[in-house]
Amino acid sequence: MTVDLGKVKTYGDTLNDGAMQVSFTLPVPAGDEAREAARQIALKMGLESPAVTEMADLGAGFTFFVLYGKCTHSVDFASIKIPKQQQKIMNFKEVNSLIKSELGRKVVVVAACTGSDAHTVGIDAIINMKGYRGEYGLERYPEIEAYNLGSQVPNAELLARAVELGADAILVSQVVTQKNIHLENLTELVELAEAEGLRDRVLLICGGPRISHELAIELGYDAGFGPGTLPNHVASFIAVELVRRNRP
Amino acid sequence: MANKLDLDRTKIDLSRKMAGKIADRLHAWIGDYTTTTTERAAARLLGIDGIDAAGVPLANVMVEKLQQAGLLERGLVPWLSRAVVAGGETPREIAQALADGKLQVQDVPDCPEEKWRATADGLAEKAAAQISAVRAERESRIAKAAPPSKPMLYVIVATGNVYEDAVQAKAAALQGADIVAVIRHTGQSLLDYVPYGPTSEGFGGTYATQENFRIVRAALDEAGEETGRYIRLVNYASGLCMPEISAMGAMERLDMMLNDAMYGILFRDINMRRTFVDQHFSRMINAFAGIIINTGEDNYLTTTDAFDKGYTVLASQFINEQLALRSGLKEEQIGLGHAFEINPAMEDGLLMEIAQAQLCRELFPKSPLKYMPPTKHVTGNIFKTYLINGMYNLVAVMTGQEIQLLGMLTEAIHTPFISDRYLSIDNAGYIFNNARHLGDELIYAPGGKVQTRAAYLLNEACNMLQEIEKIGLETAMERGMFADIKRTREGGKGGSGVVKKDSGYYNPFPGLFGAHALAAEGRLS
Repeated sequence: MTVDLGKVKTYGDTLNDGAMQVSFTLPVPAGDEAREAARQIALKMGLESPAVTEMADLGAGFTFFVLYGKCTHSVDFASIKIPKQQQKIMNFKEVNSLIKSELGRKVVVVAACTGSDAHTVGIDAIINMKGYRGEYGLERYPEIEAYNLGSQVPNAELLARAVELGADAILVSQVVTQKNIHLENLTELVELAEAEGLRDRVLLICGGPRISHELAIELGYDAGFGPGTLPNHVASFIAVELVRRNRP
Repeated sequence: MANKLDLDRTKIDLSRKMAGKIADRLHAWIGDYTTTTTERAAARLLGIDGIDAAGVPLANVMVEKLQQAGLLERGLVPWLSRAVVAGGETPREIAQALADGKLQVQDVPDCPEEKWRATADGLAEKAAAQISAVRAERESRIAKAAPPSKPMLYVIVATGNVYEDAVQAKAAALQGADIVAVIRHTGQSLLDYVPYGPTSEGFGGTYATQENFRIVRAALDEAGEETGRYIRLVNYASGLCMPEISAMGAMERLDMMLNDAMYGILFRDINMRRTFVDQHFSRMINAFAGIIINTGEDNYLTTTDAFDKGYTVLASQFINEQLALRSGLKEEQIGLGHAFEINPAMEDGLLMEIAQAQLCRELFPKSPLKYMPPTKHVTGNIFKTYLINGMYNLVAVMTGQEIQLLGMLTEAIHTPFISDRYLSIDNAGYIFNNARHLGDELIYAPGGKVQTRAAYLLNEACNMLQEIEKIGLETAMERGMFADIKRTREGGKGGSGVVKKDSGYYNPFPGLFGAHALAAEGRLS
């Protein structure tokens, strides 16, 4: 079995079978017509031989489908290039000793959930003393002074506090993504930072369940962290990047 | 309720006694203060709805003007009542005239106390009668409907657009949901006013407004009539407008309110004094309106570890219960909250969940316990999440939980799609039916893992309550004893809205709602 990396297809149990399963809802009442509509949607998605394996009446004129089909599309895996954070991930001790030996001063980090976002789970996992999954949060790092401003912090206030505290890095968490509110908030922060002439003086980092490094770079951030991020991942990035920028 | 956990009765009694003393310590001063939102709630109960030309609610306009005139220390009702005596207009008309600048605060002449008091009491009795009528309508609809089987299925809708919410709420009800909550716009808890009218723009949820309450209520009543059931509607009497939202809910026949005594302090950084005063009046209104409250202990387990800090949930439940009883709520109206949040990777984690859920059931036998689904340890793997939600449903049915907030397989991904809700109802329906009497058949091994865990939790909660009883709840919160969150006594939002009452203060509603008489029947300690 050799995978052609130039033409990768979805896999069920045989190479290139294109097997795929999808589920979705249509705003029509359940019935034979609805089943056919689901099948046609699948065909338009490029799914051959679509089979509706479940059709459920959701009431109020909606119908839910589970459907299997064979996807006709393929992708060129070999040509995919994703920007990645190049730094290696260091542990708690390594980060602290790098800061101590290379910068010789404490690193100031200011963090907040911005805009109307009240969900602090992410920022708390990274910043709070206790940390997450056995990794201490930034508050615990002796070489980092971390300030967690909490939730619903306006972007302008976050920047003002960052200036006041002499922040080396600003961490922004965005959990609520309804109607792309997180993108608006994140973009506004970059624009404000640029307008105030702060952009080059501080590392801008964002995180959240729908954030990727790639998206962050596109929005004008220095880094982005998605689900599964641990405090030391963020701390490593900050330490290495500050050391790099500190070099003449 | 059988004592399946072989609990130490003296520890239970001591815990309840300590919680009672903690509540009494707060009540030693709660009555000395009023707040802007407490007075606005009184205004709303008296029919002052609507907004001024700038969109400010008339209740806010009146309270602000009275505060500027230095009259709020006596409460809104005495002034309003004197205005009614002087001009013969309705409270709503007086509020409008004040907002339009046609009436000034100082224009209202004094009158003999007996006279304005009699007018005030008359207006308040009328308002209370309206709420009683709403309550009676609920009771009559419930009596006619098929009784829900327990645990009741609770789902949320959160589109941001009330008209879309109404469609989704109705669909959820037709799929089998017993209870529908409309999640609020994510920033509303920190607004010091209640928005007005129907709203179609909200993030993470929909604004709680009186009109929005009405719209979703009507949709759920339709669904209830179609299915021969009664669908309960939930909103949030929390944040900076706790009592006002309760007042609106009482008028629009909401059936449940998220209404915790400490949540706002801990999770929204609202001033302590403000919250303790607000929760009291808010809960009095809920008590009188026959609304079931839900407390928010589940939140502690999102910021701390559910296994390590499970006992803080119990300690808080005891305190929430005692405070609620002191506001006139009956045990049957106190839906104490907890959650299924132990890390699923833990060996025997399920046994620990069973211990906590069974313990809540035995400690609070009459409470319609509110059980919250796993959120902290679930990821984008919807298949695994669906399975974990099944385990959660199994624990609920075997331990006799009553209000089951259904876990969504897309938790951590997006606000629920219509199909996510359907699948969650299907999951719960299957398990609740398939394991309906499992709890009746089970006994726990004496001295086994479940009993040992329950005894440990009760003991730790009892110790914690004894410590809080010595230092006071405010100090406990300053030290971060709940949710690992520290709050200062004087800090937090909304502190400027707390007003020390003057000796001439009057608000007819607390007396009318008979908080004290009702509370005496309860389990006060």
